Amino acid sequence: MRRFAVPAIGVVIALVLPRVLYPVLALNILAWGLFAMSVDLLLGFGGLLSFGHAAYWGVAGYVAGLVARDAGAAYPIAALAGALASAALAVPLGYLSLRRKGIYFAMVTLAFAQMLYYIANEARGITGGENGLQGIPRVFPGLSLGPSMSFYYAALPLILIGYLAAYRIVRSPFGHVLVAIRDNEARAQALGYDTLRYKLIAFVLSAGLAGLAGSVYALGQRFASLELLHWSTSGEVVLMTVLGGVGTLWGGVLGAAVFVMLRDFLSTSDLLRDAPGVVTGAVFIVIVLGLRRGLWPTMESFASRLRRLRA
Amino acid sequence: MDYLAIQLFNGLVNGSFYALLSLGLAVIFGMMRIVNFAHGAFYMLGAFVAYLLLQQLGIGFWPALVIAPLAIALAGMLLERSLLRRLTGLDPLYGFLFTFGLTLVLQDAMRLRFGLQGQPYTTPAELAGSVTLGAISYPVYRLFVVAFCLVASVAVWYVIERTRLGMVVRAATERADLTRALGVNVDRWITPMFGFGLGLAALAGVLAAPMRNVSPLMGSELIILTFAVVVIGGMGSIAGAVVAGFLVGVLSSVGAIFDPAVEGIVAFALMAAVLLVRPAGLFGSLDTR
Repeated sequence: MRRFAVPAIGVVIALVLPRVLYPVLALNILAWGLFAMSVDLLLGFGGLLSFGHAAYWGVAGYVAGLVARDAGAAYPIAALAGALASAALAVPLGYLSLRRKGIYFAMVTLAFAQMLYYIANEARGITGGENGLQGIPRVFPGLSLGPSMSFYYAALPLILIGYLAAYRIVRSPFGHVLVAIRDNEARAQALGYDTLRYKLIAFVLSAGLAGLAGSVYALGQRFASLELLHWSTSGEVVLMTVLGGVGTLWGGVLGAAVFVMLRDFLSTSDLLRDAPGVVTGAVFIVIVLGLRRGLWPTMESFASRLRRLRA
Repeated sequence: MDYLAIQLFNGLVNGSFYALLSLGLAVIFGMMRIVNFAHGAFYMLGAFVAYLLLQQLGIGFWPALVIAPLAIALAGMLLERSLLRRLTGLDPLYGFLFTFGLTLVLQDAMRLRFGLQGQPYTTPAELAGSVTLGAISYPVYRLFVVAFCLVASVAVWYVIERTRLGMVVRAATERADLTRALGVNVDRWITPMFGFGLGLAALAGVLAAPMRNVSPLMGSELIILTFAVVVIGGMGSIAGAVVAGFLVGVLSSVGAIFDPAVEGIVAFALMAAVLLVRPAGLFGSLDTR
């Protein structure tokens, strides 16, 4: 029973979320949740901290926006185009970044993301520079997706497919090899695995999922801007991942929910609207110092204690 | 030709800042295995200390060049003692995340207090004006910055590579446990070296104040360029930090002659090339990766 109960609760929450919060915020939570999952796929299961995932989130946002606006493509096509563009970009950038390990890998990914930020800023003709890409349409034959509420339910299947894909990847034989590489790369090599190839595939898959999330986010906002590619975006998604719990996958969605709602709350504050970093940065510091385990494992141990009490 | 010469000098000036900042990063990383994301934020704070000294107390550039780095170093040592120390022995990723959060707090706190508008800082009278070098004239202050950074870089290189203290630092960088076993008190040096690294960042900030506006975000993009410089030079190498700093500065400025858009990309393209050809960095060794 429990096998179906937890996913069923998740789907119900996803269905009522835009009625409880408001639809744009609800979709932001789901998109950032998928983004955090893509980071966790690398960090939690591959031991690789990408501090430049804004590159894939942002490039996909721009590509999806351009495909929807200039080609008039249906929204799933636009989202798919964004995800594929990010995955393709991740092949060369992942190959180069994976030449370093640990903290250097984080620095290199961060630097490459910053390079894309510069390029997007310079390529004003395509990206709109500082003004961003405005008025992104979302179309689908036979549907009217103008209202945010309609688009939420239209985008939900895409997001759920992303969640399921991430879940399948870590549960697959491929995912187990990835964990083996994380725990002991030399041993995995000795067992005959081409570890670089596995890590590169994980990187590309993760970038594709981050791209799917970024596409849906940009379509939901009807807007793609340089902020998508900014280094603070890369940092924030890592924060959500760590907040939810590294290596839990679903924790990313939880971390995203808490963080996106916190930022939404801060944006209503007169004092902190322009300086949310005072609070979000402090949250970061507190998590690193005292909550490294994350919310999801904390919740899980609480739930199992509850079950034991009942038994 | 004149433009080339001017861009060459501009490149050296920018390179001076990259060199000073990546030196500080290298010192901190060597001692603590922490990549200090907040390095750019402390550079910004150094500039703000100089600005406030002048605004509030009328203390000028020359005293600020000493006071600001000392103040920031002291603040850094307190930070290390109170919070950063708790991360000792954990994955270096946590130090990176901690300093990232710290950057957000420092930047936005300064933004709340001073706004995003840059504050001007007057060039010290002794270094005002320009000097004629052959066919071009160039601001004296900028030449001073290059000379100052070169002297500072050589001084740091001397301390790390040629003194007994430097020997301890280098030994601790390579094998902290073995160094301890040989009877060296490694931990005693961690706090002062962290302060020293931040002091270098603040020094760069004071030097930047008369050239660039003092603003809360002045260090935010510089820090990522500095990371690229560090990867190019090879982390932990003092010579690598300085050479790569000047190299990136000069190549970026000269590249801007062909197309201004190139300037922002050069550092990253160079980083990609180094990763392909020599992943450890120009002066790095693969052991420490």
